[in-house]
Amino acid sequence: MMRPSSALLVGVVKLLVGAYARWIGTQPANTQRIYFANHTSHIDTLAIWSSLPRALRSHTRPIAARDYWGSGLKKYIATRGFGAVLIDRARENTQVDPLDPLRAALREGDSLIIFPEGTRGASATPAKFRSGLFRLAGEFPGVELIPVYLDNLHRSLPKGALLPVPVVCTVRFGAPVMRIGGEEKEAFLERARAAVISLNTNAVTA
Amino acid sequence: MIDHLHNIPGEFFWLFGALVVLLALASGIGAVLIRRPGDEKKIASRRNLVERVNAWWVMVAILAVALLTGPTMTLILFALASFFALREFITLTPSRPGDRLPLSLSFFMVLPLQYVLIGMERYGTFAIFIPVFAFLLLPSIAALRSDIEDFLSRSAKQQWGLMVTVYCLSHAPALLMLNIPNQAGRNALLLFYLLLVVQMSDVMQYVFGKLFGKTRIAPVVSPSKTVEGFIGGGLAATAIGGAMFWITPFTPLQSAAISAAIVIMGFLGGLTLSAVKRSLGAKDWGVMIEGHGGMLDRTDSICFAAPVFFHIVRFFYSA
Repeated sequence: MMRPSSALLVGVVKLLVGAYARWIGTQPANTQRIYFANHTSHIDTLAIWSSLPRALRSHTRPIAARDYWGSGLKKYIATRGFGAVLIDRARENTQVDPLDPLRAALREGDSLIIFPEGTRGASATPAKFRSGLFRLAGEFPGVELIPVYLDNLHRSLPKGALLPVPVVCTVRFGAPVMRIGGEEKEAFLERARAAVISLNTNAVTA
Repeated sequence: MIDHLHNIPGEFFWLFGALVVLLALASGIGAVLIRRPGDEKKIASRRNLVERVNAWWVMVAILAVALLTGPTMTLILFALASFFALREFITLTPSRPGDRLPLSLSFFMVLPLQYVLIGMERYGTFAIFIPVFAFLLLPSIAALRSDIEDFLSRSAKQQWGLMVTVYCLSHAPALLMLNIPNQAGRNALLLFYLLLVVQMSDVMQYVFGKLFGKTRIAPVVSPSKTVEGFIGGGLAATAIGGAMFWITPFTPLQSAAISAAIVIMGFLGGLTLSAVKRSLGAKDWGVMIEGHGGMLDRTDSICFAAPVFFHIVRFFYSA
């Protein structure tokens, strides 16, 4: 049974940006996964989450930055609406590894939605990936790593925009990125980034 | 809503009953066809047929609910259709950061206002709102952002999107506000008539084209449109429209002539919007409706036929 707040949220997202899923290299399945995607807009998290089949949503948790989503209405939407895991990007508390809440969620068996660029970019091509994905991939070898490409969302609600522009967004899910034994961090992250970029088939100019 | 039901002309129930029978027949044929063996191409085109029939079921159901629950629901339904069509148009149209505000305003202010004006039966304002006010003000807002790159082309494309997907399409539900002598309470039948003739024309041209199509009219723009399909399908739809005179204020001959106008405009709408779509580098407007492409692939002919039909009825038949 889906919470009414979630249903409303998914409805609004679908109305604004469609969020049509395209399963290109994989199929929707109840296996534990880390979905990692390019990040250009506030709606990215919601778009991926809404594009998943309903049965998968309750076990798939997006990662959201506490400094943005951590208070007021936004916190309500993030935690009640789509069960987000809030993390500290600012690293005020250096004693605690910011990845810990992610590890906890993975140990509980949930799937995660992460944006390895760490912050929103302005272009259709993602920036360099940060190392979190590499570390999680090593610590949780049983979890599938699914690259996801979001198109058009940088046109809908980019950094700094107040009102959204409704444009149709497709959410492309690619084939799992395999782990290669002994691979260096940089090589792995570049390969993961290339897997996301390769899903961008028809680039429409911004 | 119950009060409203008493005001619905009895023909309505007959018409929807007939449509349900027709669709059931089509679904039955589809179910038999899909089980028959055949090569890949044949199976793909049969699957497309079944998907199209399924989409038709949904469209007829939505239309029935909207017309039965009254003009407000019908306006909301068409406003949503405009919203999705405009969303598809803008998705394929390149824009720049300076266009964001005019685009947001197009979706969240211009579009709803257009339909509210129809609901308020303000013909004078509804007819000029987008061609005059939106036309002048939206590019002005973009100009204030001082981004001149492709400025004329960007503004023109956005105005085109608004004109086709909002202004033109809104003329279909605007039929509900016309005051036609001796036809009180029967305006919804005119809307039904328009949609029926347009859709029949599309279907018949598709069928005649598949059966007899040889000579392509505009191969680059729309490979599936043929002279044989257009003439055969167009004549069939004109005949069907002529035979439906009894739900309208038209005589049989007038009804056939008006149907011919609807058929021609619908054909031109499909052709022209296909040219627009291809010039934007796409084959389908979108993927919303399984088997049909996007919302604009389904409504392109209505967008062109609705304003012409509206003005024919308004000029010759309304008080």
